Amino acid sequence: MKRQVPIMLAITASFLPVIAFFFPNAWINEWFNRKLDEWMVIIASFAFLLGIVSMVQVNLHKVRRRQKGWIFSVIILVSFAIMASCGLFGAQGERENGTLYPFTWIFQFIYAPMQATMFSLLAFYVASASYRAFRVKNMEASLLLIGALIIMFGRIPFGALIHPVVPDLAEWIMRFPNAAAQRGIIIGAALGAASMSIRVMVGIERPYLGKS
Amino acid sequence: MSANSISSGVVCPGGRGSGGNTAGIVRACTMRLNLSLACAILAGALLLAGAVVSEVIAAPRDFRLDLAVQDRPSDDGSSLILSWSTDPAVLTLPTGVVLEDDPQIFIERKTEGAVDFLEAGRTTISAGRFQDIELDSRESYVYRIGLQPATGGMVYSEVSMAASPKGNLFRTQRVNALVAVLMMGGLVIAYIMAARRGAKLFIRRISGLDQIKEAVGRATEMGRKILFVPGIVSVSEPQTLAALGILGYVAKLTAQYGTQLEVPNADPLTMASAREIVKQSYMEAGAPEAFHEDMVRYITQDQFAYAGSVSGIMVRDKPAAIFLLGWFAAESLLLSETGQSIGAIQIAGTAQVTQLPFFVAACDYTMLGEELFAASAYLSKDPLILGSIKGQDAMKIAILAAIVIGVVMATVGADGFVNWFTAL
Repeated sequence: MKRQVPIMLAITASFLPVIAFFFPNAWINEWFNRKLDEWMVIIASFAFLLGIVSMVQVNLHKVRRRQKGWIFSVIILVSFAIMASCGLFGAQGERENGTLYPFTWIFQFIYAPMQATMFSLLAFYVASASYRAFRVKNMEASLLLIGALIIMFGRIPFGALIHPVVPDLAEWIMRFPNAAAQRGIIIGAALGAASMSIRVMVGIERPYLGKS
Repeated sequence: MSANSISSGVVCPGGRGSGGNTAGIVRACTMRLNLSLACAILAGALLLAGAVVSEVIAAPRDFRLDLAVQDRPSDDGSSLILSWSTDPAVLTLPTGVVLEDDPQIFIERKTEGAVDFLEAGRTTISAGRFQDIELDSRESYVYRIGLQPATGGMVYSEVSMAASPKGNLFRTQRVNALVAVLMMGGLVIAYIMAARRGAKLFIRRISGLDQIKEAVGRATEMGRKILFVPGIVSVSEPQTLAALGILGYVAKLTAQYGTQLEVPNADPLTMASAREIVKQSYMEAGAPEAFHEDMVRYITQDQFAYAGSVSGIMVRDKPAAIFLLGWFAAESLLLSETGQSIGAIQIAGTAQVTQLPFFVAACDYTMLGEELFAASAYLSKDPLILGSIKGQDAMKIAILAAIVIGVVMATVGADGFVNWFTAL
């Protein structure tokens, strides 16, 4: 029973949106689509609570045992407490005198710049990954390097100065060989996802029960 | 003028006579006069009311747009489609009214019998079509279009004929999708049944999956932990489900070898499922005491904060093997490059085409798209799951055949076959 009920629920819940997709009845749409979405949001909210409990427990444990990197756990717990207090008990947005409430101030001047910093690191990582990928080790790597050079030169004005055909060649590589390879992967992945979904829908795979 | 003759021409019956009962005649005339006045007032009132009613039913139009309203086909009876002519010759505005090029128009609607029009939406005149949604199928609606000239005020089109939205039982324009779903489902079930009957099903080697055992063994020999990252989205994503399938296999190996496993999560629902899977695997491997809940933990839902935290774990704990499997976005390169820098063996897999080049450049083994979804069949060798993979392959052959036929048909100018796949 403990296993059968969740499996029945999963099978029912996965087939209902498929029915709603083909049958445009208002009642079906309301109950099989919108209500299920709403329930998903409610369940996700409870799961969030589970996540917060997990995060606090793990970090408290680390601090208590003075494990490696425990100071970072202190920072996480303090930041979490400050942000949660500001969000729960304080207002958000801008005061009448133009200053920002603490929640918005922290978001704009601490959180957003830190996010931008992490994102900007990508530029350096792209450089190091490209260096490794473009090392001429074999035939495939050589082709990759040549293709990458044509596209890089084709995307900047200097490419046209080298030869007027370079931008067109870059465009051709992007539109035909690159698009063909991408579509091949996309079709395969879409069929794989559909097959995976069918396995979950008919209960052959049950990761939601802890059974892979 | 005598009392018995009035301007309206009503003549009293005794007016012509003389010598009758004068008082009676006067009373009779007065009564008739009152009746006539009442009739006149009633007629006037009716005329006035008629004018108002005609104003409501056929509002004066400033221009004509050939408005037409029709029920939206294949819907649940909650929408109508309003269309109008985009031919400039049809749009004849009152004298002195000037419009800008392709002006914004105000779609106004009212239920039949209501007095006032209400705004239903805005678009441009060149759109030629407007879909009005969230209507009541029990009501009839009429429409008009308002335009705002540069000189100010509003000018209105004619009022459309009344129409009611009607619900349909089946979305006929999705017949092609239904055929594809039934075909895919049929092929998968047919191959599953074949597998059940004992048919031998071959699945090609996937090197990324073959290397999982080696990666876990390497971590065991080095006495370092294994880091498993199941993407950054929830369990509603098939890639996350596929990653969780591999997690079960990895967790069973770590339980058998006594290797430390850590699973940081960006989604609480994924965390709950991953925790159950790891717990189950440790129990099946006969090492339930080795499982503790901190192995599978929640970090944050924020993409870059998650990437920062997992990178920190990599740099501090230096895991010997890193699995990056599931749905990834920009953080894929941050994670895989950090893993590369600490010298960990990295096995990645995703169906995100934009992230695959990063994984290929930074990881030792990468599962491309469908290989990730085939992992559970490959690792478990379960005939039921293998059957579904073969069904998927058969569908791929059907799609390839359709592409080839479509290319030939389009080349010879027979577009019917191609159009059937796009919209009905």
